[in-house]
Amino acid sequence: MDAVKWFLIDFLQAFAAGLLVGGTYGLMCVGLGIIFGVMRVVNFAHGDFMMLGMYIAFYLVTGFGILAFMGPYAGPIVGAILAGPIVFVIGWLLHRYLIARVTGVRVVTAEAEGHYAQIILTLGVSLILQNGGLILFGSVPISVQTPLSRESWELGPVFLNQARTVSFVIAVAFALALYFFLGRVRLGKALRAAADNPIAAAYVGVDVDRSHRLAFGLGVGITAIAGGLIASSQSFQPYIGFDFVVVMFAGVILGGLGSILGAFWGGLTIGLVQQMSTLILPYQLQNTAIFVVFLLIIFFWPRGMFGRTWERA
Amino acid sequence: MTTRALHGGAWKQYGVIAAFAVAYLALGLLVRNSYYQLIMTLVLIWATMGLSWNMLSGYSGMISFGQAAFFGLGGYTMTIAFVKFGVTPWIGIPLGVLVGVIAAVIIGIPTFRLRGHYFALSMLAYPLAMLYVFEWMGYQEVSLPMKRENPHAYAQFADPRSYMALAMVLLVAAMIVSLHVERSRFGRSLLAIKQNEPAAEAAGIDAPRQKMYAIMLSAAIAAAAGGLYANVLLVVTPQTMFGMLVSAQALIVSLFGGVGIFWGPVIGAAVLVPLAEILHGELGHIVPGIQGVVYGLAIIVIILLAPEGIYWKLRDRLAPVRRPPSIPRVAAAPAVAAKPPGDAKPVLTLDRVTHAFGGLKAVDDASLLVKAGAIHGIIGPNGAGKTTLFNVINGFLTPATGSIRFEGAELVGRKPHQICRQGIGRTFQVVRAFPRMTVLENVITGAYAGTATDAEAEELALAALTRVGLADEQAYAIAGGLTTKQLRLMELARALAPRPRLLLLDETLAGLGHDALDEILQIIRQVNREGVTIVIIEHTMQAMVKLADEFSVLDHGRLIASGPPAEVVRNRAVIEAYLGKKWMDRVADPVT
Repeated sequence: MDAVKWFLIDFLQAFAAGLLVGGTYGLMCVGLGIIFGVMRVVNFAHGDFMMLGMYIAFYLVTGFGILAFMGPYAGPIVGAILAGPIVFVIGWLLHRYLIARVTGVRVVTAEAEGHYAQIILTLGVSLILQNGGLILFGSVPISVQTPLSRESWELGPVFLNQARTVSFVIAVAFALALYFFLGRVRLGKALRAAADNPIAAAYVGVDVDRSHRLAFGLGVGITAIAGGLIASSQSFQPYIGFDFVVVMFAGVILGGLGSILGAFWGGLTIGLVQQMSTLILPYQLQNTAIFVVFLLIIFFWPRGMFGRTWERA
Repeated sequence: MTTRALHGGAWKQYGVIAAFAVAYLALGLLVRNSYYQLIMTLVLIWATMGLSWNMLSGYSGMISFGQAAFFGLGGYTMTIAFVKFGVTPWIGIPLGVLVGVIAAVIIGIPTFRLRGHYFALSMLAYPLAMLYVFEWMGYQEVSLPMKRENPHAYAQFADPRSYMALAMVLLVAAMIVSLHVERSRFGRSLLAIKQNEPAAEAAGIDAPRQKMYAIMLSAAIAAAAGGLYANVLLVVTPQTMFGMLVSAQALIVSLFGGVGIFWGPVIGAAVLVPLAEILHGELGHIVPGIQGVVYGLAIIVIILLAPEGIYWKLRDRLAPVRRPPSIPRVAAAPAVAAKPPGDAKPVLTLDRVTHAFGGLKAVDDASLLVKAGAIHGIIGPNGAGKTTLFNVINGFLTPATGSIRFEGAELVGRKPHQICRQGIGRTFQVVRAFPRMTVLENVITGAYAGTATDAEAEELALAALTRVGLADEQAYAIAGGLTTKQLRLMELARALAPRPRLLLLDETLAGLGHDALDEILQIIRQVNREGVTIVIIEHTMQAMVKLADEFSVLDHGRLIASGPPAEVVRNRAVIEAYLGKKWMDRVADPVT
């Protein structure tokens, strides 16, 4: 009897942990999902923008102490949120002066060939961000200090890490806000139109280039916020982007290309699988579990959980 | 004749490869610094990896982010065989190749169901999943034991240049394989799949099988490179063998050097590998990370200047514009392989065929009879299900119920390429060309279905081009730049090339001017006179009345009328479908 009870508690604990981590992953994936969905660009540098968000949050809170006046509780949260607009501007400029040269309407509709230059370009950006990060920030792993990360709320037998719970709530709030932005606001609707059919959108007067720029900025900005949130419960160094970019790719594909909401569920699923796999698998294999579940889902729903495009012959 | 223009020049390429190998090794003999010797060996290994990527992704267009899976399996198979069982790398590396090829089949079967980005990113998951498995199994860092006695039997050499020679042997082998693929029917089929997969399938190419061959070859090359890499470095770790950087490197050298040509990865590796290593050596200790920044900047700058890769940029700059050889006029060969029976026996019968997209029945309980030697028109308003009907006939879609017979043989359940080989050609509503090929190459690809040799395919293609009037210099134009009329004619020729007995033409007349329309009508009639049964979709009545012997009218997926044109155009249901009920009520006899 006891064994069952303990398993149940372990299960609930892992489920709660997965949910909390998954919320932040979900937000991260939403960021990549916007870029993927709107521009059809595989952004290999996406994890590195998340890394930027982490360091920005760190420097705002701990390094330069600009946010010290807000106290140890609010500071890290505000820092994470502020990372968003800063990285948005970086992404916006990067798209304007670099990425726009190899993307756009011409490439969205192209099959394989049009994407070669983008892949190389984002890999190059990734290399620069990682190694530039190494020069600027050093290689010593750091994290954003907050007393929340050492404390938990108890929900019956389940412990909820306070830093992760707060991150979860903020992540969900941002994902929802973005969802409403895309659904209700004119600019967001234009973005969705550009994602759905860039050529048709251009015909009806949507500035597709501007939509792409906005999507890229929003995408990296949103992911930077997710990074800033994670920064208070995990240590990081300039190369951390690679670990996460793969998780993000998996989440976005799981949700289905072009579906913003799907990307969130995809990320959440990844978080759940990652944490719950530790119930039955050794700790080192939790990432293998992610990829196995990812492949399984993709094989049964080749267009992802929320994908909806039909192919026409 | 033209066969040489297409398939010749292989000997010249062998010469260039040999000259490159000799020059490179000679340079290697001059280099004394062992670090530079290592770099020169690594250039060759990464060039080989690039060729592996190019084999799968460059030719077939299925971009792979997961070449590290095969590289790592090759390296680890060799290492484990050596360390645990004392097997020499001379056997271990081929063993690794075998493991890599088996893995390719296991990975290919499910993953080829995915397309585009889904395929590319799913491939990323395999090496990373393996990485953690190998870490977990305790192979974090495995070193190869040094063999003091008889080192050569274990592929260990005192002189590092021996490794360079080994790597060169492997690279040259991979280059020759690539050269042959590029010039073979297999390579052309991959290219056709890359440019337009449905068209390739409709032209008789068994796409899944060709892609499987490509990934197997690609995996074999990558596994060999991985085995050799482990042998050169004498140590393997999951990160160096399965890591993301391995897949990225394979892709970067290829994209950088040029995709779809075997010189591309070689050029890319020759530029990038030394650049990265030298930057690392010269700058790495001054400011850690600066080499990565410079490397990143370098590949960004070059890709902005030559987005299609260095090889193609150089070729466009240097190569003189070649004048196409003139095409010999080929007497139009008889259109059909077998003479159709003179009486009007049905060649194609559809029996109560239904196909639904979700709740929408695009083809609803349709029964149809096409007589041998007829021109059978299928008309109907937009969205009536005409194209879906074709897709069901030629195997793109499998009907939910019903039976389709061609010359007595059941077609339901057969794949598009099989149906094409059975003697049914088709064209598409929106022309599906292979845009980067010439007109002739497009048509040759279509001719593969009916032929055993390339020369024969070319002959059939030329005959088909002559029949549609696209011979001469037009045959050497790139398909991407053709006019609508030329595209329609090219597609018609591609469908005709393997000498089908039944042609499905999907709105071949749409969007054409008056003169062009008449010209194509002439050609279709001529083809029909030569014995090919034709089913043609249109939604304009005028052209069809002139052309067809028989009409079938489709509306909301249902066949509402069938018969000679004169009868069908008087049919009340047809007029209603076209003009609406109101019209019927107002006009007693609309056809005058």
